[in-house]
Amino acid sequence: MTSREQILSKIKTHQPELTSLPAPLTTVPGTVNLIELFSSVLVSIGGAVVEADSYEEIKNYIKQTFKDQKRIISTLKELADVSEQGWESQDPHSYENVDLAIIQAHFGVAENAALWITEELMHQRAVPFIAQQLAVVVKRSSILATMHDAYIRIGNAEYGFGTFIAGPSKTADIEQSLVLGAHGPKGMTIFLLP
Amino acid sequence: MNTAGKDHAQLSDVFNEDEARVNWHDETLWFVRAKRDKAAHNIPEWESLRENASQIKDNVLSNLHDYLISFEANAEKNGIKVHWASDAEEHNKIVHAILKEQGVNRIVKSKSMLTEECHLNEYLQHNNIEVIDTDLGERIVQLAEEPPSHIVLPCIHKKKEEIGELFHEHLGTPEGMSDPVFLTAAARVHLREKFITRKAAITGVNFAVAETGEFVVCTNEGNADMGAHLADVHIACMGIEKIIPERKHLAVFLRLLARSATGQPITTYSSHFKKPRPGQTMHIILVDNGRTTQLSRPDFRNSLKCIRCGACMNTCPVYRRSGGHSYHTAIAGPIGSILAPNLDMKKYADLPFASTLCGSCTNVCPVKINIHEQLYKWRQVIVKEGYADPKKAMAMKAMEFTLSKPGVYRSAGKTARWFLKNTPFAVNNKLNPWYKQRDMPEVPKQSFGEWYKQHKND
Repeated sequence: MTSREQILSKIKTHQPELTSLPAPLTTVPGTVNLIELFSSVLVSIGGAVVEADSYEEIKNYIKQTFKDQKRIISTLKELADVSEQGWESQDPHSYENVDLAIIQAHFGVAENAALWITEELMHQRAVPFIAQQLAVVVKRSSILATMHDAYIRIGNAEYGFGTFIAGPSKTADIEQSLVLGAHGPKGMTIFLLP
Repeated sequence: MNTAGKDHAQLSDVFNEDEARVNWHDETLWFVRAKRDKAAHNIPEWESLRENASQIKDNVLSNLHDYLISFEANAEKNGIKVHWASDAEEHNKIVHAILKEQGVNRIVKSKSMLTEECHLNEYLQHNNIEVIDTDLGERIVQLAEEPPSHIVLPCIHKKKEEIGELFHEHLGTPEGMSDPVFLTAAARVHLREKFITRKAAITGVNFAVAETGEFVVCTNEGNADMGAHLADVHIACMGIEKIIPERKHLAVFLRLLARSATGQPITTYSSHFKKPRPGQTMHIILVDNGRTTQLSRPDFRNSLKCIRCGACMNTCPVYRRSGGHSYHTAIAGPIGSILAPNLDMKKYADLPFASTLCGSCTNVCPVKINIHEQLYKWRQVIVKEGYADPKKAMAMKAMEFTLSKPGVYRSAGKTARWFLKNTPFAVNNKLNPWYKQRDMPEVPKQSFGEWYKQHKND
């Protein structure tokens, strides 16, 4: 018998009587302002929120705030003036010198400030992790209340890789002192568009 | 710390030699527990989330056979290679064979308690493969040549000055430098070089979805992603109990996991790996290593519902004051104490006794495992099977004799009170384990029984 057969047959013998799955949980309706909640949670986990009316405003913000950054890449054509484009097909290791990556998210979640981003929005899986700083553009109307809503939105979507990102990379492994920028981005800026 | 042959009580003695350090350890973990409470209280439906998670996991255990088969089929359809391992040795051999086939002898690994349980690092090092643990806390204990002392906070037992010393020795940071921001930055540079140069990455698995064949890995540091997305080969190691039925169930578990673990609303990264990226190979190893045996024990199978948040450790008065290493097993604390005896009842016979049975672990458990009840049940199994500490077994016999004979009980009480009052040195000495780290209480003049007799007509 192979290990697979052995394990499966032991399970079949020992698993308890079938119990049913519980009814799915849904978001408890409330009156909270989702944008306010999203923003306050994001700030509490070390991120920054910039409300912008247009890509022009985002470009101006990038020019001012990130003017000292050498390599800025983006997946957004709208930001071509302020970022490198056409970088998508390089070896992922080559993004090691990226100072700022600006990408898009499908949606955000108010309860934990997480953003859902799949592979096609990253172009390369390594990008949101290897960049020194990460900026993400998301529509205000795409801020959902909870993770239950998030998975309803995701549904049966097909992706090779997808991730929820909530704030900059962090660690508190040394005496529980919170330090931003463990291995991934040291900072995370969210641009909220109308 | 060399734990060989010592039991929890003896190892706790070592930990308790430095009282100030014990107090610090205790307070730090209580601080994490308090953050968990705050996060939980922020969610009015917290209790229904726990109940829902518990029921999903009950369903998983009752249908594990079919879920594993559908997970395997879906993962393979997604282009992932699936392996099965009956025990730790087979798991280690599979990992080694994959690396050998790829000609890789240096790898990065993110946190995986399963690989700790299987002693994968030692196995690979023995076969001339260098393993770099990339979680900061795990890298620190790896440099110190110690196992992690906590499943979520691997170096919670270490002071920043000790970490500074380790980094000075191994990473060349200035002597005496112990600032966490500085040390973390030094580790970032040190580990980036490893991420960039290593061709294979091992990660753990938090959840594997039967319906879709994808698996989810949660980190705050981003080390699992840095490793996996830069490597040509990604090996994900998981216990067979990590399966969940459907993608939407992730909502429930991701809402509970980080809040229970550290009080964060979610970990920074919750990465869903479904297919290898073009040119990459992705492997999953499904490991039994005693889990099917635990499934066969009706009293203990619920322990397989665990999502490894560590809440039961942070809240445990014994864990906080004895440290993770005193449990001499990969998973410390209350949950570890019900998992370990399943693997080796004799070696871990002491662990179910390392508890006050206060029940706090059960109250914070996000999947409602009846941890303290299982600890109590393990004690009975262990005594019955003859694995209990002989001193404990003798004391239990004396207790049984005394408690079953009212006359003996009354005179024993009277005698004890007389001795405590008139000859305190008879108990306040090193021979009495209750005197360690404690002052004996003041002695009452009479027992409750005597008091009641006197006052029942008042």
